[in-house]
Amino acid sequence: MKRRHMADRPEEEEAAGAGLLHRRAFLAATGALAGAAASGSASAESLAVESLAVEPWMTAPGSPFTAYGQPSRFEASVARAYANPPNAPGAGAARTPLHRLHGAITPNGLHFERSHSGVPDIDPDEHRLLIHGLVARPLVFSLESLARYPMESRIAFIECGGNSAALNQPEPVKANAQTLHGLVSCAEWTGVRLSTLLDEAGVDPAARFVLAEGGDAASMSRSVPIAKAMDDAMIALYQNGERIRPSNGYPMRLLLPGFEGNMQVKWLRRLKLVAAPVMTKDETSKYTLLQPDGTALQFVFPMEAKSVITLPSPDAMLREPGLYEISGLAWSGAGRIAKVDVSADGGRSWAEAHLQAPALSKALTRFRIAWRWDGGPAVLQSRATDESGNVQPTRDALLVRRDARALYHFNAITSWGVAPGGEVSHVYA
Amino acid sequence: MSMRDALAVAALLSLVGAEAQAEGPGLGRAASASEIALFDISIGPDGAGLPPGAGAARQGRLVYEARCIGCHGEKGEGKPNDRLVGGFGTLKDGQAAVKTIGSYWPYATTVFDYVRRAMPFDAPKSLTDDEVYAVTAYLLHINGLIGEDAVVNAQALPRIEMPNRGGFTLYTPGK
Repeated sequence: MKRRHMADRPEEEEAAGAGLLHRRAFLAATGALAGAAASGSASAESLAVESLAVEPWMTAPGSPFTAYGQPSRFEASVARAYANPPNAPGAGAARTPLHRLHGAITPNGLHFERSHSGVPDIDPDEHRLLIHGLVARPLVFSLESLARYPMESRIAFIECGGNSAALNQPEPVKANAQTLHGLVSCAEWTGVRLSTLLDEAGVDPAARFVLAEGGDAASMSRSVPIAKAMDDAMIALYQNGERIRPSNGYPMRLLLPGFEGNMQVKWLRRLKLVAAPVMTKDETSKYTLLQPDGTALQFVFPMEAKSVITLPSPDAMLREPGLYEISGLAWSGAGRIAKVDVSADGGRSWAEAHLQAPALSKALTRFRIAWRWDGGPAVLQSRATDESGNVQPTRDALLVRRDARALYHFNAITSWGVAPGGEVSHVYA
Repeated sequence: MSMRDALAVAALLSLVGAEAQAEGPGLGRAASASEIALFDISIGPDGAGLPPGAGAARQGRLVYEARCIGCHGEKGEGKPNDRLVGGFGTLKDGQAAVKTIGSYWPYATTVFDYVRRAMPFDAPKSLTDDEVYAVTAYLLHINGLIGEDAVVNAQALPRIEMPNRGGFTLYTPGK
C-alpha cells in the first residue's frame, strides 16, 4: 500500500519507513496537489462548495484600540490546564498547551507555572533582594537599583523536574501532550547576570553553594552550586520583553538555564552563600530520584536531552490520509540540540528532521519533517541528540537505568499511536 | 560530587565568570545585622540557624491537632495531603514507595526549617519557635524516632539520627 503511494508520486523520496519524506518532497507534493485541484479532482470539488463572500467584518469598522492585547475570542480554548485543590489552592501546576502552539517561544500567559503556596501579590517597590552569608559585603538590592545594572537577554527553556512523570506508569496514560509534557516552556529572559552582583558582594572562597529563597508564602528554597551561580545564572526581570508575570516570579526570579525548574526560584528575595547544601525540603524529600536499591539520587541539576512531537498528537487528530508536517519540540539542559530523528514505524527506522534556526543552547528547538500518511496504523516517535552527544533514551532503556519510581527527570521517547481513523493516542512501543 | 571535585569545578567556572563579567554600578546597599537576622530563616543540617526555644511531642500533639490535622490526618497518615508517618522498608525492590519524614527525610533539621517557613498552609510563619520545636518533636515521635517527652531544641535536633540518613547518592552526570 505504502509502496504504491510512493510509486504514484515519483517526486516523493522516502527518508524512512511508513511515509517519512525528505523535506524537498513537501514542496513538490504541495505543488502537485494544486495541479490536481485545477484539473477538477475531488479536492477541487470540496473546495468549490465553499463560496467566497464579503464577510460582515468587512462592512463595518472593527473594534477600537485596547490597552493590553488579548488573543482572538476564537482562541479561548488555547489555555493552560490546571487544578486547584480545595484545601491548598495554588499548590500544584498549570500546564502549557504544547499541542496548540507553534514556534519555540511560549506566550507569557501560557508559560507553565508551578507553585507551592500560590502566587504572591508582590509590591515591586517594597521587594528587596538580600545577598549575604559567605560574602565580604552583605548587600540589599531594590528593583530600582537592579534596573541600572548592565542587562543581558537569553532565550531559555524552563522545565519542571517532574515533567512527563506519567510515563513511568505501567500502562500508557491516555492524555495529550499538554497533560503529559506541559511543564516545559521557553521565553526570552532579560536581567542582570548573577555573577555581577556576587562579585560586588565579594564571594568568600569557602562558599560552595548559594541558597536561593523566594518571597512566596512557602518561602520556597533550594541550594544552587556556586559554579552555576558564577556561570550563566541570571536575576531575570523581564519575560519576552515585559516584566515577568506574577506566576513566573514577579518582580524577579532566578534563571538557571538548563537546570530543573524548581531551582530557578521565583519571587527571589534572598541569596545566602554557604559552605554546604542547606538540605531543604525540596532537595531532600522531593526532587530526588529513587533507585531500585532504595537509595535516591540527589542534586540531579540539568534536565536531560528530550523531545516530543506536538503535531500530530492526541487531541490534534488527522482528518484524512495525505501529506502532513510532523512538528515538535526538542531541548537539553546540556546545550544545543544537534539533531532530532523521527520515526513513523515505532522506532524501526528513523529520518533526521529539519531544525528551525536558530537552535539555541538550553532553549526549545522546533523540528519538522514531511510525512505522507497512508491511512494505516503508525507509531510516531522523536529522539533528540544534544551537542554533547547525549541521546534521548527509549522508555525501556530509561526504565532499565532508572527506577519507574524515580518520578523526576523522565526524558524518555514518547510514542503517539495513529489509528486508521486518524485518532492519535499515547501508546508504548 | 566530592569536595575536591566541587572545588575544581568552582575554580574552573569562576574563571569563565571572570571572563564574562560585567561591571555593575555598585548600587547594593550594606545590609545591617538586624536586617539579615530578619530575613535569614534557613536551617542547615548541622543545626546552623536554629533559634532559641524548645518543645516536646507532648505539647506538639496539641499544635498538630489544632493546625495540621485537617490536611495530614489524625496521626500523620495523610489525606488529603502528604503522609508524614511510617513507610519504613518500602523504598527497596520496586515496592510502592511510601516516602515520609520517618522513612525518607535524611535530616530532622529540614522538618523544623520547612514547618517554620511554609506551614500551616493557610497561615505560614504563624507558629512560634517553641510551637515549631514542639510539632517537629511530635512528628519525630509518631515516627518512633524519639520519646514523647524528649526535649527538642537547637542542640538536640541536629543530633537526631534519621533512618534514611545514608539513603542518598550525589548524582554524577550520565547515570
